[in-house]
Amino acid sequence: MLPASTSSKHNEKQERQIQMAKRPNRFLSFLNSKKVVPYIFITPFILSFLLLTLYPTIKAIIMSFQSVLPGQITFIGLHNYSRVFNPTFYKALSNTSIYVFFTVVILVVMPIILSVLLDSKFVKFKTIFRASLFVPALASTIVAGMVFRLMFGETDTAAANQVLNWIGLSSVDWRYNAWSGMFLMVLLCSWKWMGVNILYFLAALQNVPQDLYEAADIDGATMMQKFRYVTLPFLKPITIFVTTISIINGFRMFEESFVFWEAGSPGNIGLTVVGYLYQQGIQQNDMGFGAAVGVILMLIIFLISFIQLILTGAFKKEGA
Amino acid sequence: MKRNHNRALKWIVNLSFVVIALIALFPILSLVLSSFRPASELMRNGISLTFDPKTLNVDNYSYIFTQAGDYWGWYWNSVAITAITIVLSLFFSSMVGYALALYDFKGRTLFFTLVLFILMVPFEILMLPLFQLMINMQIVNTYTAAILPAVVAPIAVFFFRQYALGLPKELMDAARIDGSTEYGIFFKIMLPLMTPSLAAMAILLGLGSWNNFLWPLIVLRSNDMFTLPIGLATLLTPYGNNYDVLIAGSVMTIVPIIILFIFFQRYFVAGLTVGGVKG
Repeated sequence: MLPASTSSKHNEKQERQIQMAKRPNRFLSFLNSKKVVPYIFITPFILSFLLLTLYPTIKAIIMSFQSVLPGQITFIGLHNYSRVFNPTFYKALSNTSIYVFFTVVILVVMPIILSVLLDSKFVKFKTIFRASLFVPALASTIVAGMVFRLMFGETDTAAANQVLNWIGLSSVDWRYNAWSGMFLMVLLCSWKWMGVNILYFLAALQNVPQDLYEAADIDGATMMQKFRYVTLPFLKPITIFVTTISIINGFRMFEESFVFWEAGSPGNIGLTVVGYLYQQGIQQNDMGFGAAVGVILMLIIFLISFIQLILTGAFKKEGA
Repeated sequence: MKRNHNRALKWIVNLSFVVIALIALFPILSLVLSSFRPASELMRNGISLTFDPKTLNVDNYSYIFTQAGDYWGWYWNSVAITAITIVLSLFFSSMVGYALALYDFKGRTLFFTLVLFILMVPFEILMLPLFQLMINMQIVNTYTAAILPAVVAPIAVFFFRQYALGLPKELMDAARIDGSTEYGIFFKIMLPLMTPSLAAMAILLGLGSWNNFLWPLIVLRSNDMFTLPIGLATLLTPYGNNYDVLIAGSVMTIVPIIILFIFFQRYFVAGLTVGGVKG
């Protein structure tokens, strides 16, 4: 039934009569009313949110207070959480944080510079450069990781070591040092996502009004000044978007590590928080413990995203 | 003077881009090149910058075409799962994004906030309970289980909402006066206007699904149900790698996606650009 409105019942009656005359089926016209349609449109989202996000989130929180064994679930309070804070978890957390720091810096700063240049009159063959920078995103992390493993092999004959030898340095056991292990993960991620982020920034650059540059030209602004005072402010929303996504994805990193070391890296140099979650929750079948790791990860991501969104004032711009 | 200065700068910038493009393409190119090299040599040397051109051959490819029994099964699984995912998630996500952008209704802000919330919840946390849910629904090791979580993609909803905000609302009123239903307006008028954004998202969602690893790894249990990335990863064993299948197989993984990209590239860039990310 249509909701009864307090004002002008008469009008509504008339309106309904007109509607009825046009469309004899009341149910159909109910389904087509502007009040109902948006809810029908977003029904898939509501269903998927309830079933595939809200329910598992709550379940994960509950599970983190339980010991989950096949056919036997017992409530064990904070025991999982007290176990989580151990040296291995700290190692995973510090690995992940270092990884996030480097990938965010690289994947925000470089794409800004490169996209501004790609948008300028300086560069020829823009389409070719844009396309070739995007190609890495097409390869799966698994395939890319395998290529990187072969290029950064331990032997003197692998590409990376060949280059090192040519310039007079000695070969590196890439996958067995803490620093080079981190280097490999950061490199793989930067290589893969650079082109995607460049595209985001290129898209945003299209929104910068050209007359602002002309005005700046008249004022005799240098190139750096134009970049600083015209371009950068317009890139702010997309920079926030890219930074947020990069931080979140950085904390969720798993595949880069998995593809280099599978189950375990020497001295856990490649262990990440999600890798730890996978190891404990799936491989060791300790789901309660895995869930606790997950809940802590979720809190970390929320905290960082909120701090970052508040600092950058992104909330004010919502709804736009 | 200034002119010369500019010209020099131009050269430097263009040259750096050539270098950067080469770095970006190098791993893929070396993968393709390596797929024509003997597996034993790769095993011994890895990918090296120097190699003997005389050793190039197509053995690795003839191996996957004739002997790697499961490979084509994995291929088919990946194609089917990706295709279904693209169609369903474009359909549902565009509908949701459109409604969030162009209708005024109670709870609109709440629902949009929920979309942002899902973007923030790492999928990896939901993985374990979702896996249990799939067990309870008895759909583990089926396409349904692999596809279900991707059907309404929050990133796509977010993107379509931004895009739809730029669509002319007056068209909706005009169509209403002409007696069109709300569904007719969406499917016949607004959805066609959203084509560039659909193409852009088709590529991103397709890539995501084609390359997805962790969730299929958990939910697909038997060899014949594996998708390509999982199948390839199982070949990456610590005990003697099957580089012949691995390398040629990987090239065959990237080829369709590159074709798709070349085909849609124009729409893709246009879609991202017009929709803009408005903030």
